[in-house]
Amino acid sequence: MPEMNIVQAVNSALDIMLERDPDVIFFGEDAGYFGGVFRTSDGLQEKHGKHRVFDTPLSEGGIAAIAFGMGINGLRPVAEIQFADYIFPAYDQIVNEIAKVRHRSGGEFWCPLTIRTPAGGGIRGGHHHSQSPESQFTHTSGINVVYTSTPYNSKGLLISAIESNDPVVVFEPKRCYRGPFYGDPHNVPTWKDHPEAEVPEAHYTVPLGKARLAMEGTECTVISWGAMVHVSEQAIKNCGISCDLIDLQTLVPWDKDAIIKSIEKTGRCVIVHEAPKTSGFGAEMAASVQERCFYHLEAPIERVTGWDTPFPHTTEWDYMPSPARIADAIMKTMEE
Amino acid sequence: MAAKKKKQVTLHVPSAPFRPGDKASFALFENEPGDLPRPNPIKCTASETTDHAYGLVRVLDFDGNASGPWDPKLTPDELREGLEHMVRMRIFDDRMMKMQRTGKLSFYMRSFGEEAVAIAQTMALENQDWIFPTYRQPGAQFVRGRDMVSMINHCIGNVEDNVKGRQMPVHYTYRDGRFISVSSPVGTQFSQAVGVAMASQYKALDECCITWIGDGSSAEGDYHYALNFASVFKPPVILNIVNNQWAISTHANLASGNPTFAARGLAYNVPSMRVDGNDFLALYAVTKWARQRAAAGEGATHIEVLTYRAGAHSSSDDPSRYRPGDEHEAWPGGDPVDRLVQHLVAIGEWSEKQQKELEERVDGEVMAAYKEAVTYGDLANGPYPSADTIFTEVYEEVPWHLQEQWDEMKKWSVD
Repeated sequence: MPEMNIVQAVNSALDIMLERDPDVIFFGEDAGYFGGVFRTSDGLQEKHGKHRVFDTPLSEGGIAAIAFGMGINGLRPVAEIQFADYIFPAYDQIVNEIAKVRHRSGGEFWCPLTIRTPAGGGIRGGHHHSQSPESQFTHTSGINVVYTSTPYNSKGLLISAIESNDPVVVFEPKRCYRGPFYGDPHNVPTWKDHPEAEVPEAHYTVPLGKARLAMEGTECTVISWGAMVHVSEQAIKNCGISCDLIDLQTLVPWDKDAIIKSIEKTGRCVIVHEAPKTSGFGAEMAASVQERCFYHLEAPIERVTGWDTPFPHTTEWDYMPSPARIADAIMKTMEE
Repeated sequence: MAAKKKKQVTLHVPSAPFRPGDKASFALFENEPGDLPRPNPIKCTASETTDHAYGLVRVLDFDGNASGPWDPKLTPDELREGLEHMVRMRIFDDRMMKMQRTGKLSFYMRSFGEEAVAIAQTMALENQDWIFPTYRQPGAQFVRGRDMVSMINHCIGNVEDNVKGRQMPVHYTYRDGRFISVSSPVGTQFSQAVGVAMASQYKALDECCITWIGDGSSAEGDYHYALNFASVFKPPVILNIVNNQWAISTHANLASGNPTFAARGLAYNVPSMRVDGNDFLALYAVTKWARQRAAAGEGATHIEVLTYRAGAHSSSDDPSRYRPGDEHEAWPGGDPVDRLVQHLVAIGEWSEKQQKELEERVDGEVMAAYKEAVTYGDLANGPYPSADTIFTEVYEEVPWHLQEQWDEMKKWSVD
């Protein structure tokens, strides 16, 4: 089986869907001729034509709006927002329009579009190339929210998103595009020899709404998504506690059964995300775990998150959850 | 160091040209019918439309005579059809407004004074063309054959409402007529319509998309996204700004510092026209011209429809608080219904008696539709759509977390 990084896996998903379905088109800023600033659509314009893979004006609100119009007129558009930090001009279109059109029209119109966008920190991107705004979308009904973490799920989830008849926002961990990130900025591996980098060339899907058990254990459940899945893996290895590591993959709808099953087994829960703490999706996870699993819990639920501050530039490693912080949270749950 | 004071006293904030107690005057109709040429719609450059963007395309003079190169030469039957739709719109609006006052619907918005806009423009299109309206273009549905009972069912939120009580009145959806769902956030449809047209262009279909935005909402980013994407990708779209002078209490001079809205399109290199929005023939002709451009692959046309919001913004609005009240009678464009009647009479194809008979007949039809619709329920008395409609069609299939909440709601049902 070929080995791919996330950039190649995303490229492969787009390529396959463009090949299979003439209603699929892909567009975004620098996404056409140049193949995207992260190279995710490299070569696709040349292969599929510039009527199917094209550049747009620098206009996120316009990109979302035309995707909406194309979606209700029978296409299956895939739009790239170059950085998740720049999705906010499109927010009205996503929240008030894309998410609601099926409902508001009594089911007469719907919008099968996918918005994919690189998110998260770790690339020295400062305030505005580092944010992880997933919880600003999980609060809106009518859209599904996906956060990928590996080459395998980046391809399979993107194909599921494109094939879905509902709108899907897909966040991709840009820090992990070319290698998993274990929380050490001085030691950055590639995806080489990683089991999740074995990606079939052909079409396959990773279903929406299903989590991935990235590590299996007995003492504590660590719930995470995006780049923090790998940092959590490192933390678990460092602290030596036997943990289930759940890579949520889809945030809306999240995989209730996988979470309940794991917490009932371990009785402990640590939630890790790089977005700020207040109203982060970790709050939803913590509330849901205590609602559903309270009598199985042996210890208070811990959250390890980014701080409630703007994302920093030179000091980003003090902002993002580190293996040490995550390991400390796991150990705290073990004290009870 | 502190700056020295300049002579200008303070911030410049435009005032409306008239407010309660003032006498309104308008100086907007400098062109006569025939003043402006009708350029070939094919290979027409934006600069060839400069006079049209700063002037006003007219066909009907104020005596009811049609003249000039823009006369669309509609048959008397076509003119009578347009008149009937407009009369229907006005009577329908009056009936709905009365029902709103009795609590049978929560809210209403009339098209009063602007009936020609949606009706003439939709009649100028082909049936396969997409209509992406605001709340001020419900008349397009009459042109596309929507049953009035179905429209009333929506407005009064009864069990037969095709959008299942989810949206406020006047937020129609009518897929069979290619009339796309109305949304409250103003302006969003303008840029979406460009996407609809891009999909038609991609599929190489002979269809275009028409959309409208208000003078007020043309200050939103969506207006500029639409013009820019239309300029770049040249899809078959007809982009109309309905300049009815008012956005609730905000005068058009706060939406733009440019004396004409049409002129903005020139900067985007999109051919742009300003048209008398109460002149049925001129509206029809300009829209037909835009449709010819769309069909020939010439891309977008930008049209400012100059009219006057003769009524309140909505049933929740009291315009006597912010404008004189009778000033729409001074509007130089007059009333769109009266002007078409005047024209039909002038060409010997209509009479006052026929007009009276038409109004009586349509009034009877609206009453009959109303009586039928209320047999399915109304907002004051129910029955309403099932509360289950809160949870359906949020997604294609109901996800588990919605199902859980739906089950919870059923325990507390207020039915």
